[in-house]
Amino acid sequence: MAEPNVIVERDGRIGIVLMNRPQALNALSGELMSSVVGALEELDADPEIRAIVLGGGERAFAAGADIAELAAGTPISLYENRRIDQWDTIKNLRTPIVAAVSGFCLGGGCELAMLCDIVVASETAKFGQPEINLGVLPGAGGTQRLTRAVGKAIAMDVILTGRMLSAREALDFGLVARVVAKEAWLDEAKRVAHAIAAKGPVAVRLAKEAIDKAFEAPLAVGVDFERRAFYLARASEDAEEGLNAFVEKRPPEFKGR
Amino acid sequence: MAEVEVTRDGAVQTITLNRPDVLNAFNRALHAGLRDALKEARDDEVRAVVITGAGRGFCAGQDLAEFQAMPDIRDSLEQTYHPNIRAIRALEKPIIASVNGACAGAGLSLACACDLRIAADNAAFVPGFIGIGLVPDSGGTFFIHRLLGAPRAFEWMTSNRRLSAAEAHAWGLVSEVVKADALPTRTAELAATYAALPTRAIGMTKRLFDNADTATLEEQLALEAQLQAAATQTEDFREGVAAFHDKRPPKFSGN
Repeated sequence: MAEPNVIVERDGRIGIVLMNRPQALNALSGELMSSVVGALEELDADPEIRAIVLGGGERAFAAGADIAELAAGTPISLYENRRIDQWDTIKNLRTPIVAAVSGFCLGGGCELAMLCDIVVASETAKFGQPEINLGVLPGAGGTQRLTRAVGKAIAMDVILTGRMLSAREALDFGLVARVVAKEAWLDEAKRVAHAIAAKGPVAVRLAKEAIDKAFEAPLAVGVDFERRAFYLARASEDAEEGLNAFVEKRPPEFKGR
Repeated sequence: MAEVEVTRDGAVQTITLNRPDVLNAFNRALHAGLRDALKEARDDEVRAVVITGAGRGFCAGQDLAEFQAMPDIRDSLEQTYHPNIRAIRALEKPIIASVNGACAGAGLSLACACDLRIAADNAAFVPGFIGIGLVPDSGGTFFIHRLLGAPRAFEWMTSNRRLSAAEAHAWGLVSEVVKADALPTRTAELAATYAALPTRAIGMTKRLFDNADTATLEEQLALEAQLQAAATQTEDFREGVAAFHDKRPPKFSGN
């Protein structure tokens, strides 16, 4: 039997999805993306799962699009089959997703990492949008999300010259949240996911939604959304539990209600 | 004869710069040979590396005969010197520079990029660059600044003063000086000692010290904890603990 192209594990309240096309450095074929999206959707729908880790292998998170597929596609076939559109599904999932990045995180790989909520990187990670070297440009949000993450100056430099960013640069520029030793990338991402999973799921999901609003809505609208989300979270059983536990000096036990 | 000779004695790989007629000055062939040798050193069987020179010199730096032919010095440094300096720091094994004679210019940078320096008593250390109106390159300013501290490094590199092995030892540039004819034996002994240590932990220690140059205490504590977690997964850690309990010397495998 062939190796599955994604490996899905569960560890307590977190789900782990590892892309598994190592011989192709996890080039994001339509098939691989369908598996990734399918696995993430399934974990997102599972009430037991409160945070998800999405990773690749040691050598590559994902080195880019599947070049053969791209070369074989016509503009109309690429438009018709809506392969890129399925990526939008990821952004709409409610469970926080932590990208665990080791090695190459390029092109579509970088765009996929930027669709996640938090990026944890190995010191070996390399980020970039090298599409320009092939005479095209990022097609799954790269020009927009990289610019929002690192600002115009760096985004222009990276996308127009095709240069790669080291993990350290990516940290300094705000693309990633944490950089760890190359031995610890997956472990650290799991720790982040476990830390999130220990919080009240209602508040976590509302907070994720509110932060995303900062990029979608004018400030006043975002602030208004946050305030309403705050009142909503306050009405949850988890908020009751969290406040009581704080007063009683004991760890809270959140139920997701 | 190859410009770089590579020999293996047990777990020790010795890389000999081999252009003795020109005190092992760098040309393209020497860079390429060094690059291949450092690639070969990644072999798991290799647990310590020695870099030394053939004949009277360790390395006299750039071969000026080839220097004139460089169209773009920035590209040329990036293609020749930089990959090898990076490879020395990236190799997670101890690298010993066995300085057998003149060590000048980029040869000095090379020696200073290594983890340890041991010198023959007739070795000499010469900055070189400023003498022809150039700045130290190949990591020279980076490593010498860290080895000697900024004031002494600046004074030395700008004065272009020739430093004897004894002075280099007094300054802490080399950790040991031995009689010239005893250098190969002492180098082999030192390399064999390192080759018997827990290699993974040595490699991680090298990474930690490199990181310490720019890290905050908090960052360094975090990296130490991450690498300690990795170290506890090694066979050598199990062996070390077992040997301690059995009250016997540990026999590390490097895994």
